Amino acid sequence: MSVLVDKNTRVLVQGLGKTGQFHTDKAIAYGTQMVAAVHPSRAGTEFHFEGETDHSGVPGRDDTYSVELPVFATVKDAVAETGANASVVYVPPQFAADAIMEAAAAGLDLVVAITEGIPVADMIKTKRYLDGKPTRLIGPNCPGVITPGECKIGIMPGYIHQRGKIGVVSRSGTLTYEAVHQLTLLELGQTTAIGIGGDPVNGTNFVDCLQMFEVDDETEGVIMIGEIGGTAEEEAADFVSSEMTKPVAGFIAGTTAPPGKRMGHAGAIVSGGRGTAEAKIEAMTSAGIVVADTPSGMGEAMQRALG
Amino acid sequence: MKIHEHQAKQLMAARGIPVPRGRVARSVDEAVAAVRPLIEESGNPVVVLKSQIHAGGRGKGRFKEHPDVRGVTVVTDGIDGGPSAAEEKVRELAQQMLGSTLMTIQTGEEGKQVNRLYVEQGIDIARELYLAVLLDRASSRNIVMASTEGGVEIEKVAEETPDKILREEIDPAIGLAAFQANQLAHGLDIEGDAAKNFVRFVRAVADAASELDTDLIEINPLVVTTDGQVMALDGKMAFDDNALYRHLDIADMRDETEEDAAELAAKNAGLSYIKLDGTIGCLVNGAGLAMATMDTIKHVGGEPANFLDVGGGATADQVTTAFQIITKDPNVKGIFVNIFGGIMRCDVIATGIVEAVERVGLEVPLVVRLEGTNVEKGKQIIAESGLKVTNADSLLDGAQKILELTEQPSGAAL
Repeated sequence: MSVLVDKNTRVLVQGLGKTGQFHTDKAIAYGTQMVAAVHPSRAGTEFHFEGETDHSGVPGRDDTYSVELPVFATVKDAVAETGANASVVYVPPQFAADAIMEAAAAGLDLVVAITEGIPVADMIKTKRYLDGKPTRLIGPNCPGVITPGECKIGIMPGYIHQRGKIGVVSRSGTLTYEAVHQLTLLELGQTTAIGIGGDPVNGTNFVDCLQMFEVDDETEGVIMIGEIGGTAEEEAADFVSSEMTKPVAGFIAGTTAPPGKRMGHAGAIVSGGRGTAEAKIEAMTSAGIVVADTPSGMGEAMQRALG
Repeated sequence: MKIHEHQAKQLMAARGIPVPRGRVARSVDEAVAAVRPLIEESGNPVVVLKSQIHAGGRGKGRFKEHPDVRGVTVVTDGIDGGPSAAEEKVRELAQQMLGSTLMTIQTGEEGKQVNRLYVEQGIDIARELYLAVLLDRASSRNIVMASTEGGVEIEKVAEETPDKILREEIDPAIGLAAFQANQLAHGLDIEGDAAKNFVRFVRAVADAASELDTDLIEINPLVVTTDGQVMALDGKMAFDDNALYRHLDIADMRDETEEDAAELAAKNAGLSYIKLDGTIGCLVNGAGLAMATMDTIKHVGGEPANFLDVGGGATADQVTTAFQIITKDPNVKGIFVNIFGGIMRCDVIATGIVEAVERVGLEVPLVVRLEGTNVEKGKQIIAESGLKVTNADSLLDGAQKILELTEQPSGAAL
């Protein structure tokens, strides 16, 4: 098993600008079932994708691919016609919150929002809109979700992944790649890697992902990668100590970050003495999480946690 | 983005949130000219001179050039001497304050130059309270925070007497409901007309937060006057940069003299840069990895000179700008480039580094760690460039190597 996405996930893409097209092509090359695009002014046409297959992805495919992706005016139409059950959002920040709500209204199980720079007020309203709906939002401002060998949704490089037994959840894109790469080299591999994003208001938090990994048969351990700002890591540590049976390793970025400064990510800020790396590392260590000293040691920390 | 107190009060006044009368002054003459009309309009002979800088603690702050002058000074000379005496005192103070360096608990020893003053009417204060609207990340909603301990740092209150802080969550579909405002008034022991005024006040502030896309509205102190009025005696607002596109009037309030020149230049080039005090410059892709790179430098015993995230799709031009910004810092004794190329290909980054070094020149050691897409090609480009570059295999290895190179006396003479 895996969590969130697998070979049966049928993905539609919202936002087919340069970035959206580029990554849709990469996802198809990886073997993700891309089934539709939503673009009001191009509805009724098709987007053509062709190229060389990325054999690090879904096994057993030809060396090349050629796909006509149908374009629909609305998510609702796309779902009705193609049976899509997940969406990836590359829509520009001004319109991204609306795109997420549209995807939820169409009843999709999963929405992965890659877009960086969505106003916080828009995300506050979007979260309110999602209340009580079955749709799970991942992101925004995240690299996406990947189950190696089955489904890649987002902007991560597919080839560094290898199917294995570790779940990865992270607020940072490139630090996820670091962790994944080390797990691959150590032949631990990954079940699913989830980027939950660097914004202060996001759809899915550490605890949600830890819960999913805890009940997933294939996952034997979890790496969680946090950073300064907020208290999501402390809440995750509480969850780990009270609810988790599987070993957890981790890393927190931002020990040297000066207070009051936003460190690249909108959510990465220590304000009023809260959200420090020290407090997070302390909470995680107390919960029995093996915290790596440097990001180069994340894979080894996982090995130690596995015993 | 931060704005000045006088700008925040202007925004509040436009939304019907009561603030004292005041005038902004960029020169001594403007400050003096503000005094008489303020006294006449308000009927209060007291005026207050307030330094306008983007930092807290101004009231207790002192000027480097005039240690006996505070950042916020109450002028009472008008009580006995009339408006002329107040004008005279304001002239004397404004001369000392304008152009001088104000040091507060937030600016530290370095201080900030005061380029504008806000001249405000005196207020007869009955009570000082604290009010703020800010994001509560755990609930993904804005909350109103209020406390009876006005004029005190809220962090101190939160630590010492957390039960004195009242909280109400703002439902984005409803706003702050009247009953919530009433609960706050009750919790703060505000009664009668003042309570009615407070309810109106706090609901207007909550609306302002969502309509103006603020990160923070902090009113410390919020005052209840002797005649039951509720007013923002101070006002601090910070805005969500990502939402400024829909508030062009607020975007125009930006005061670039308050911002670090290098950080501003980086921002304009699409880079995220924060200057620190150390000696090892870093250039990294991704915010988390950039922070982790600084942490690792510190972990091996060095001090990072900066945070710099070139983002996911940096061009050769951006890499060049990044090098220029890093090398401009005289403290930098070595540079560590740490790239995990995902979508960003290592060969593109390598080309960018070579071009940047050729254009900018390089007088300090450079360690490059490349990993990810097209890494071999990237390493080859750097090897063939003839640049004196040390390759690293991992983040930790790179941090150790740059530290060794900067600690060797010969390292600086490359």
